[in-house]
Amino acid sequence: MSIEAAVLPTQYEPPGTADFWIPLIGDGAWAFTRASLLALVSVGLIWWWLHATTKKKALVPSMGQMGTEAVYGFVRNGIAKDLIGSKEFLKFVPLLFSLFVFILVNNLFGVVPPFQNPTMGRIGFPIALTLVVFVVYHWVGIKKHGFVGYWKSLVPAGLPKAMVPAIFFLELITDMFTRPVTLALRLFGNMFAGHIMMILFITGGWYMLNSGGILPIFGGVTWIMTFVMTLFELLVEVLQAYVFTLLAALYIGGAVADEH
Amino acid sequence: MTGNIAILGYGLSAIGPGIGVGLIFAAYINGVARQPEARGMLQPIAFLGMAIAEALAIFGIALAFVFKS
Repeated sequence: MSIEAAVLPTQYEPPGTADFWIPLIGDGAWAFTRASLLALVSVGLIWWWLHATTKKKALVPSMGQMGTEAVYGFVRNGIAKDLIGSKEFLKFVPLLFSLFVFILVNNLFGVVPPFQNPTMGRIGFPIALTLVVFVVYHWVGIKKHGFVGYWKSLVPAGLPKAMVPAIFFLELITDMFTRPVTLALRLFGNMFAGHIMMILFITGGWYMLNSGGILPIFGGVTWIMTFVMTLFELLVEVLQAYVFTLLAALYIGGAVADEH
Repeated sequence: MTGNIAILGYGLSAIGPGIGVGLIFAAYINGVARQPEARGMLQPIAFLGMAIAEALAIFGIALAFVFKS
């Protein structure tokens, strides 16, 4: 009992959802939060970056232009062309490029010192981005196949008649519910969980450093682990931006695909 | 002993995706080791598989916080 009381002190508050709610101006549903500010800052940063590196376009690119072209080329060839198909991918590249860069910069804010708060750790931002993707992939699907043809194209051709309603129902749930929910929750969950881990390591380490006995040693180890966790977070943040764009491209590609 | 049972649910929900993601990357590494030039083709497939397998664990952590009393 005495060991348990020493290891699990009652004063220590583990991090929770409240750590992500940082209102700057106002309160309640319309508050201007730190996440809103970071989203605005990210838009400014992206505007400045794209403007500065593409202002003087040259056949022999400068270093900055080369970097921008590498990111653009990655989204265009590595994501859009592979998943939407070489016939129709070009008109979706601007959307996918915006999604990728916006999510990437906002995710990186999670570990970059002056910001250090992932915008996507607030569920509202992933929901808004997912809503854009959701509307786009249904819209282009309906535009391509017609309203009735789009719902027909959900069911693969050549299925026995008796199976059609069940498969249609399953595909409808996938399209209308599972896809948008997982798309938003995946980005949110990764950013949220990763940031909570960092808070736990830092505040827990601080608490142990200030305790008696042998606990400060563990506290020091925890703080060293925080550096490793930061590197791991960096990897996850880049990966989640990639995965979100990849899945958006996959859903759009599935909606505009010809009959299979 | 005090605590929240919802966090146990998260632990359970992480088992399946953990195994699944492991299998996916094992297959990806195998594929690249056998045929290094196929890396570009396999990479999106591997990450798509990871993203889909991981969804259950993400549901788990979201619900662990939702059902936290």
